[in-house]
Amino acid sequence: MRALVRLTAWLYAIAIYGFIFLPVVVLVLFSLQATSFPIPPFTGPSLRWYQAVLSDARLTSALVNSLLVAVLSSLASVTLGFLSAWGFARFVLPGSAFLRGLITLPLTVSYLIIGMGLLVLFNWAGVPKSLVAAGIGHVVINLPLCFAIIYSQMGDHQINIERAARDLGAAEWKVLLMITVPVMAPAIFAGFFLSMTFSWDEFVISFLLTRFETTLPVEIWNLLRSGLNPKTNAVGSLVFAVSIVLVVFFELTLLRRKPA
Amino acid sequence: MSVSGSNSRALPWALVTPALAWTCAFFVLPFIAMGFSSLTAHEGGGFTIANYSQFFTDPSYWRAMVNSLEVTGTVTVISILLAYPFAWILAEMVPERWQRLALILAVLPFWTSYVVRSYSWLLVLAQNGVVNRALIGTGLIAEPLQLANTRLATVTGFVHFFVMLLTLTIFANLKQLSPSYRKAAADLGAGPVRTFLHVVLPLTLPGIMVGAFLTFVLCIGDYITPQILGGNNELVMPQLVMMQIGRRGDFPLASALSIILMAVVTIAYLACARWLKIERA
Amino acid sequence: MSAPLVDIRNVSHQFGQLPVLKNVSLAIDPGSYTILLGPSGSGKTTLLSILGGFVTPSEGKVFIRGADCTAVPPAKRPTTTVFQDYALFPHMSVGGNVGFGLRMQGVDGATRAAKARDALALVGLAAAFDKKPHQLSGGQRQRVALARALVIEPAVLLLDEPLGALDLKLRRQMQDELKAIQKRVGTAFVHVTHDQEEAMALADHCVVMNDGRIEDEGPPERVYARPKTRFSATFMGESTILAGTVTGAENGIVTASTAVGPISLPGASPAGATVALAIRPEHLVLTEAQGNVALGAAEVGDVVFQGSFKRVLATSTLDPALQFIAKTSASATVQAGDTIAVSCNAQDIILLAD
Repeated sequence: MRALVRLTAWLYAIAIYGFIFLPVVVLVLFSLQATSFPIPPFTGPSLRWYQAVLSDARLTSALVNSLLVAVLSSLASVTLGFLSAWGFARFVLPGSAFLRGLITLPLTVSYLIIGMGLLVLFNWAGVPKSLVAAGIGHVVINLPLCFAIIYSQMGDHQINIERAARDLGAAEWKVLLMITVPVMAPAIFAGFFLSMTFSWDEFVISFLLTRFETTLPVEIWNLLRSGLNPKTNAVGSLVFAVSIVLVVFFELTLLRRKPA
Repeated sequence: MSVSGSNSRALPWALVTPALAWTCAFFVLPFIAMGFSSLTAHEGGGFTIANYSQFFTDPSYWRAMVNSLEVTGTVTVISILLAYPFAWILAEMVPERWQRLALILAVLPFWTSYVVRSYSWLLVLAQNGVVNRALIGTGLIAEPLQLANTRLATVTGFVHFFVMLLTLTIFANLKQLSPSYRKAAADLGAGPVRTFLHVVLPLTLPGIMVGAFLTFVLCIGDYITPQILGGNNELVMPQLVMMQIGRRGDFPLASALSIILMAVVTIAYLACARWLKIERA
Repeated sequence: MSAPLVDIRNVSHQFGQLPVLKNVSLAIDPGSYTILLGPSGSGKTTLLSILGGFVTPSEGKVFIRGADCTAVPPAKRPTTTVFQDYALFPHMSVGGNVGFGLRMQGVDGATRAAKARDALALVGLAAAFDKKPHQLSGGQRQRVALARALVIEPAVLLLDEPLGALDLKLRRQMQDELKAIQKRVGTAFVHVTHDQEEAMALADHCVVMNDGRIEDEGPPERVYARPKTRFSATFMGESTILAGTVTGAENGIVTASTAVGPISLPGASPAGATVALAIRPEHLVLTEAQGNVALGAAEVGDVVFQGSFKRVLATSTLDPALQFIAKTSASATVQAGDTIAVSCNAQDIILLAD
């Protein structure tokens, strides 16, 4: 009886793993065949469509745009998030709970609505659609995330560490650069990394706020108009590979180094 | 508690003002703009509530909201039912040293692009895709089934995403549970089934509620999955919103629909607030 | 006597509406070891924070070496604090931690390293210079925090429950070391604790605090033997407390009527005053009437063997509300249920105004 339960459980787990991996395996597998349709039967490995992707100027420039928007918007998010988290954690400010709530509020609103709001505002103010506009939107969604992560890590112990530094004669900017930033580095890095992945993957805000120059998810979306296309498979597989490398890097550097 | 006499009044405000200003300028202000826009006539401007009344009177708009709620509800329930046992197996049956790897594998496709993930399901469910080929190959069906561009496809795509998300949150919940609870229950004579029903499940319920709420919010506001997998046969709210902007440039109506969608999420939040609070206590 | 190193004058403080310090004045002598002893919420930690400059008092002044330091920030005053959680910088080596204060003063690297090594040697951790804080045990971290604070040669070293995070055995051991280090460096230490044994072992000057006030202060021997208030008598060690009313006072002898009959003892108090008579456990005599003051018979409720002695709890047969707490030799044969005669000597009774 017990053995039967165990067997059922393992079969169930394998079935879920199968469900989770099915689309990814299909995506990668059919990106590797030369035919014009990414459908069975599999006709043998070929890098034809990877070549096509890498020689497609629209896709490669969209990739560069995506990276640029991701890095810059994440830097802005993590800087604003860190400074505000520090301010709220260290000082008693009137209406602190309300203001902290205001900063984290965008977390509860869907990207579509944030994008819509910015579109209406920019349209009314005469701001043209651009990568900068999309980047502004990405800071709106990632700033609360960075704030929440960093704020939650600023405990009493960190406060005492800063007090000790001040007590030993460190000026405020030295406390910030020599103590707070290094001590908070894991949280700051986690905020930056998450912002990067969210910005990198964000579609709807970029879709609404950019026009000619755009980001990779929007460019992939444009490819979808032509239906099933092995080029989409190839670019999707590339994006997946890059993400995996990042995740493995993140896993090995940050999470392993947790102080005892 | 006054932290230190050395800091002038200005420093704390200098730290928090940039973030607050950003949130006000690019989050609060757009909302106000959207509110104004929603009360403006598309043709010729001027105050009107026509954009809202249109939603409540036009059955096709209503239908989109009903579709949204139905899809979201179905996805939330199926995802939890699939993810809970899976998370439990990972937390309880997989040896400790392999758990981290098992979890990373379970959420690996999480890291593919969201757009690409939906597209991948299209590959799987297409007329001549893997599923239809397999079914025809085994002789179960003679003609390919219409799987893509259906609600089934939308739900499948969503469930795929949320099973991963919920597995993560439920797994974390189960691991936080002190083993002493289970030992105490067993010590007091409860078998595995009763320990689960009376101890483990109630203790993880708040976590499940948080996960369910997250699923609800993310699912009801998503445009990509229903657009790619569901097609235009059956619209959900975000598709309706995008349609107003895309085809007709009708910002006022799109704004009104967005605000209605947000109102529904807020109501859902207030309904769940009681359970969401338990977690903090 | 020389001028006090630290002079706290009429300091009051409140957090919001809650008063935590009520008109506290305290002088600290150079080279002394002062203990602020009290239960949680007594205001002892707030007083230390005011000394360290982390909290500016609502009222009153703090003078250090004769200069008004009331509103001077922590960095600019000649005090350093050893925090309860040590607050070691986790990303710096032990040497980096100890040298931090000197680095802030602009001391060059070589001098810094030499001084840091000296300070580490002083606390017996010379070998830990290149380690990271998380590689050290709790007791070792405590020593690093001490070295970090001492290396910049403060006039006053402030210690906030420095031994609170250590287990009992290590705490007693660190206690001896703290005292030895303090004697060696000669810096004035101000140390906050709620552990009365720690206070008695370390203090030159013991300050008992309760509810935002100083209840009693002086050498620990005096505070223990002759506490000034009832709180002080019960917080610093145990006592049997007899409630009484003064019926007569003359020639330095006070007579009070109590539940166990009239008791005469040396002291002064106006007739008619309600008083409390406190007797330390080691001063209660349980064998046949050996003390010169008889306290009646009592029924033994519990006998707890404590190694070198036995702790006896007994209830007076004259007044069931009166609990005797006594200490008797480890070889005594007294056991629960016995009825015993209790007595003591008049000069051991502490007279407290109630």
